[in-house]
Amino acid sequence: MSGPAPEVKSVWRLIVLALGFFFLYMPIIVLIVYSFNDSQLVTVWSKFSLRWYKELFVGVQQQSEAIRSGVLLSLTIGFFSASFAVVLGTISAFVLTRFDSFRTKTLFSFLTTAPMVLPDVIIGLALMLLFVALENMTGGLYDWLNGMKVEEGTLWSGIHSALTYCASKIAGWPEKGAFTIWLAMVTLTSAYVSVVVRTRLQEMDNSIEEAAMDLGATPLKTFFVITIPSLFPAILSGWLLAFTISMDDVVITQFVSGPGAKTLPIVVFSSVRRGVSPTINALASIIVLVVSVCTFIVWYTMHRKDKKRQREYGMMSVRQKAEREKSDTPKA
Amino acid sequence: MKLKTSRLRRLHFRGSSCVIGAPYLWTILFFFIPFLIIFKISFADVSDTSQPPYSDLTSYEDNHVNIALNVGNYLDLFRCEDEEDCNVWKIDYDFLNFESVGLNIRDSLKGFFDAISTEFHVTIYIEAFWNSVKIAAVSTLICLLIGYPMAWSIAHSSQAMRSVLLMLVILPSWTSFLIRVYAWIGLLKPNGTINNVLMWFGIIHEPLNMMHTSFAVYIGVVYAYLPFMIMPLYTAISRVDNSLIEAAEDLGAKPFTILTKILLPLTSGGMIAGSMLVFIPAVGEYIIPELLGGPYNILIGQQLWIDFSNNHDWPKAAAIAVAMLLFLLVPIIWYFKQQKNEGVSK
Repeated sequence: MSGPAPEVKSVWRLIVLALGFFFLYMPIIVLIVYSFNDSQLVTVWSKFSLRWYKELFVGVQQQSEAIRSGVLLSLTIGFFSASFAVVLGTISAFVLTRFDSFRTKTLFSFLTTAPMVLPDVIIGLALMLLFVALENMTGGLYDWLNGMKVEEGTLWSGIHSALTYCASKIAGWPEKGAFTIWLAMVTLTSAYVSVVVRTRLQEMDNSIEEAAMDLGATPLKTFFVITIPSLFPAILSGWLLAFTISMDDVVITQFVSGPGAKTLPIVVFSSVRRGVSPTINALASIIVLVVSVCTFIVWYTMHRKDKKRQREYGMMSVRQKAEREKSDTPKA
Repeated sequence: MKLKTSRLRRLHFRGSSCVIGAPYLWTILFFFIPFLIIFKISFADVSDTSQPPYSDLTSYEDNHVNIALNVGNYLDLFRCEDEEDCNVWKIDYDFLNFESVGLNIRDSLKGFFDAISTEFHVTIYIEAFWNSVKIAAVSTLICLLIGYPMAWSIAHSSQAMRSVLLMLVILPSWTSFLIRVYAWIGLLKPNGTINNVLMWFGIIHEPLNMMHTSFAVYIGVVYAYLPFMIMPLYTAISRVDNSLIEAAEDLGAKPFTILTKILLPLTSGGMIAGSMLVFIPAVGEYIIPELLGGPYNILIGQQLWIDFSNNHDWPKAAAIAVAMLLFLLVPIIWYFKQQKNEGVSK
């Protein structure tokens, strides 16, 4: 009999799981428990209190104010970079799965997935140097136009002053700040989206799209009516992944952000460096709660869909099953 | 079927170059060109006067274009000129001393060892790099040792439990990386939870000094990257055809033989993928050593940041990045090959 691994009933299996999950969850649980501690000394228990949550939401300490403005900035950057990364990542996933090989496909596939594995410090430094180079270029362009000697009253002088005006507007672009963080996050996260969508595209059944086109739908209509909806779960999880990654990034942001743009991770990192703080514990607990609830909802809906699919699969006749399996096996 | 597919592809994207264009341009502008710039700046000189703080490679003088490539940034990584930039590694060859079995290679070859130098002057860069590689490699091994049994246990749970357990493995990695590392500060501190618990049980009487040591960095790396090890391992293990194991059992193979002859070879792809997913980012790790590590065992990621931000030596930081990239190229290509093979066998 071939098939998936059977259930093994063994005490060892349970012990391994218990120890493993203890290791994975114990630090988080301790963190949450101490966020309800009244004492300023995080690890010495005094009594139950919600004062650090209160401090986080309405407190006037400099730290909690920085955290609140950081949350807002991070949510904004996260939302916009995830939304754009989803578009870019989906297109590049399409290019990589549906297109016949083109000359630089291997290079393209390497370049689109490399940001996932490369250390953050390298990506951060590379992007920072790029932004500085761009800044220099735009600034240099303005200086060059400004310093040019032009005869008054000619047509060229009119064009020149128009050009100089435009150059003065873009001089110093892109200034380090929220915009450069957004650029960096899109670059980083579109790689993740691309991988998630690609996996789904590879296991998707082409026959529905073919049927739609046989029935006369245009490629564009097929794409929007059939392909995008069936890709939707992958796109959604890609978006969530991109959002969490850009909400959480410290290293790359530290390289590419200016003095003004203090995202939440940057605020947390610089305060955590000075040691533990009960307000950070309260913040961490809220993040853990939100992420857990979201993950659980996504997981539960997917889990139910999976179950439904399996039930339908179970009701199919033997012949249908054989056919399904045949079409599932690779064509190559 | 095949014909249909190819027609589908053609119909789907006629005039496709525009579609390829967007992500392609983006990747080249924001990923490929930056690496060329890093490469360029790694050959520049530091200059205090200009902004940004590095010199141009090319200059134009008397109708000549001068190109000045400064390889000093790379040489400085290896070469010891300033005493303060260097540390001394002393090798005492103690590992050749097998006195317990009556064999002492060290003393019998004493003359030989005295002749060759046992002191090495290494730069802070080499040392930082060595620290990073050591920590990344050992943590990867520990992740493998913890992750493999866990992945196996999950793969052999009941069908319903499997997806719950998998979700529980991924869940921590969806919460903030920073916060997961931060959680360990509270545990490892001298008056932290672990010390409190151990002292309460009377196992130790004085707090153990765990914070700001390599030990803390190891724990942080293993903890943060364990999910990335478990996921590919789980995929690989659950793909193993169980009939092979049953056949081996029927033929009387012992569990150990089944493990080494069947399970490990068949899951080697997952082991490689998981190891690379831990090792590659761990080499350049910055947050974990910064928060949990001590001031003496600087890792290469931290060194890069120090050179970039504190010393304003951008060319040196770029040289470190290039060296790191060259070092990581082998594991990265290995990982990509592995992924490609997976894709084919799927």
